[in-house]
Formats: sequence, structure tokens, C-alpha cells
Amino acid sequence: METFLHLLEIEPIRLIISFAAVLFLVLNLAAVLTMAERKVSGYIHLRYGPNRVGPRGLLQPAADVFKLFTKENVSPGRSDLWVFLGAPIAMFIPAALVWVVVPFAPDAVVADINVAVLFFVAITSIGALGVVMAGYGSRSAFSLLGALRGAAQMISYEVPLILSLLGVVMLSGSLSLVDIVKAQGDTIWTWYFLPQLPMFVTFYIAGLAEVKRVPFDLPEGESEIVGGFMVEYSGMTWALIQAAEFASMAVMSSITVTLFLGGWQPPLPFLDLGNFNWVWFGIKTALIMFTLQWIRWSVPRLRMDQLMDLGWKVLVPITLIWLFVTAGAMLIF
Amino acid sequence: MALVLLQQGASYGTVYLYVGIFMLLVTGFVATTLVLARLISPGRRSSTKAQNYETGEITVTDPWRPFPVRYYVFALLFLVFDVEAAFLYPWAVIYKSLGVYGFVEMVIFVLILAVGLIYAWKKGALKWV
Repeated sequence: METFLHLLEIEPIRLIISFAAVLFLVLNLAAVLTMAERKVSGYIHLRYGPNRVGPRGLLQPAADVFKLFTKENVSPGRSDLWVFLGAPIAMFIPAALVWVVVPFAPDAVVADINVAVLFFVAITSIGALGVVMAGYGSRSAFSLLGALRGAAQMISYEVPLILSLLGVVMLSGSLSLVDIVKAQGDTIWTWYFLPQLPMFVTFYIAGLAEVKRVPFDLPEGESEIVGGFMVEYSGMTWALIQAAEFASMAVMSSITVTLFLGGWQPPLPFLDLGNFNWVWFGIKTALIMFTLQWIRWSVPRLRMDQLMDLGWKVLVPITLIWLFVTAGAMLIF
Repeated sequence: MALVLLQQGASYGTVYLYVGIFMLLVTGFVATTLVLARLISPGRRSSTKAQNYETGEITVTDPWRPFPVRYYVFALLFLVFDVEAAFLYPWAVIYKSLGVYGFVEMVIFVLILAVGLIYAWKKGALKWV
């Protein structure tokens, strides 16, 4: 154990181990989340969900991956093949890349970039590119509709997402995620979700739209445009798109926790676990991910014009007003 | 086990080098997975299978054609606010040391943009359809 920890201090080895750990984490999170998604929806529907493969259906993701690997990879005859095949890659990279700056515990961050908040905002917006590529490359009416909706939705909700982070940045005076978590302190009432409650709600809603979850799943819209931008995908390309969606959902939860819910900080000082504080980070992230799945079965899908109205006419003004309030309050106190 | 991925005192450029390397690694991983799946999975092509999905009908029109202008309007608005945010971030970082001066400057800056948003709103640019 000691020698292993010593190895982590040598730079190239630390790099390789941490990259392997992050990649392992992303892929497993995606697999576990597909399972959790089906189980949670099962229990909300008062049924069991998958329960055949392994004990209580726990090996279902492994079976799914095996099945998808051996499935035929059909691509439409007149599609733009390179764009079509590039889309899953373009969607997966941003979902995996943000994990590099997420602080799991006091010393556990792969690359402590001093502009990590900007990095996160920049990288998540690349996800829209993948959606457009998928829809355009397929050369199918449903795909293109889904992609255009996705592009409009994702760039519209990018604005409240970016603006809602300003309050946190002002309070902590830093763009580094490590500093932001440290500035929040180890008591639940000093975390930023209380002074920044409207911003927190805005960020959560905008994040929901950014990862295309219900009630903002118009790009996918399986009951109207039958799968939207991913309608032509099958086999492993489809699996990668799904993995990217679930990974970006996990990223959004972890960033929410980091910025507003105190990251690795324990809710009360006596609950400090020292080196094991990453447990707190995990618990909070899992809770946020659960609420994302819960919302899916509680709220109906919005219409396109309602979606745009919510983004531009409600969320953007809220963030601007709360920006004034925060700035004024910081001036007075 | 304690999760310790010790962060060394890395220089400015090195950190971005890490991010670049990781990006290449993920690209390679995804591409390898796609190639591997291609090798393992069966591939029986046929002209019927190569058609687009169109709920059972044969596709009549080519979807690659100009799309409505309203998408551009939202893209333009997005651009304005994105640039605004790019200016607000550095201001937010040093706000504590700016004091009243910083507050007044920000109020003027954001008000101009808010007027722009209200103008676009009243002009009907935010109306879908």
C-alpha cells in the first residue's frame, strides 16, 4: 500500500494511473446508471425492473454491453459516413473530459486547472456539436429534426447555465473548483446553495436541459420523432451515444455538487472522514443523480415554444436579477 | 482505501498538456471500441437495410435542405450573451476587491444587455413559430 502511494508521487505514473481511474469511472458510471435508470423507473412504476441476469438483475449492464458488441452496425446508405461515425466520439469526449477537473477529495483531482469553471462550461457546450453531427450525418428527416431541436435547446440553456455560475465565482473569488469547494466550509449552512438558491435552481434546470433529460428530451422525443438524432444508430455506435448521455448526466450531478453542495465537505464538522471524504462527494452526487431520474417519471415533456420561453424569459432574467442581488449584498455586508 | 491522486505542483502548461493527452486517450479508446465492434459484429448489407428510417415509408424528400431562420435568431442571441459572460467572469473573480466602482460598472454593463434582451423580446425574436 505504502509503495503504491509512493508511486503516485512520480509524475508519469500518477498521470497514467489517474487517467485509467477516470476512464474506468466514466464507463462504469454509465453502465451502473443504465441499470439504475431501469430499476428506479421500475420501482416508481410499482414493478421490479430487470431482475433476470445475476442476483436481482445486477449483471444486466454487462449483458447489455455484450449484446451490443455483437450487434450489426447499420448505417444508412446515403449518410455522410465520417460525420455519422464521428458523432458518438464527439459526444463521448466532452462527457469524459470534464472528469479531469472534478475534485473527488482534498488531494484527488487529476488536473487542478485554475479556470476549471470556464473549462467545464466550454467542454459541455461541445456536446451540442455531437448532436448536430449525429443528426446531419444520418441524412434522415427525424434525425435532422432532433438535431436542430437539440442545437437550439442546448445553446439556449447554455446562457442561464453560464450566468448562474457567476454568483458562486463572486462569493469564492476563484474559478478553480478546488478553491470553490474549500471556500464553502464544512457545515451545511455555509454551502453556496443557500445564499445562491435561485442560481442553484437555475443551474439545476439548465443542467437538466443541457444533458437532454426529461422534461427537456425534445431532441430525443421518442413518442413524436422516435428517437430524434439517434434514430439511425445501432449496435456499438448507439451504445456509445447512450454511454455519453449517462456520463454527461453524472458529470452534471458532480459539478452541481462541487459548486453548490460543498463537494467533498461533510455536512457537519464532526462527520469529517479525513482521507475518506470522497464518500461524501459520492453520496451527494448519487442523490442528485437519483433526483434526475425521479424527475423523469414526475414531469411531462415540454413543448418547443414552452422550452424556449422558460429558458429566455424566466431563467435568464432570474440569473441577471440574482447577480445584482449578490453583488449588492456583498457590497453591504 | 483512501482515494489519493496527489496533485503535484504542476506548471501552467503541463496541466493543459494533461487535458490534451487525456482527450487523445479517450478519442483513441472510443475509436478502438468502434473498430472492435465492427470486427466482432456481423455485417450483412442489403439495399433495404441501407434505407433511412421513415416509419415504414420510402423517403420522398431529401432532409438536407435549408432549415428555418428562427434557429439563427437564437444562435445570434446566444452569441451575444456568451460574449457577455466571457466579460463577466473575470469581473466576478476580482469583485471583492473592486468595491462600489465594480458594482456600478457591472450594473451599467448588464443593463445595456438587459435592454437588448427586452428589445429582442418585444420585437418577437424570442417567439417560437
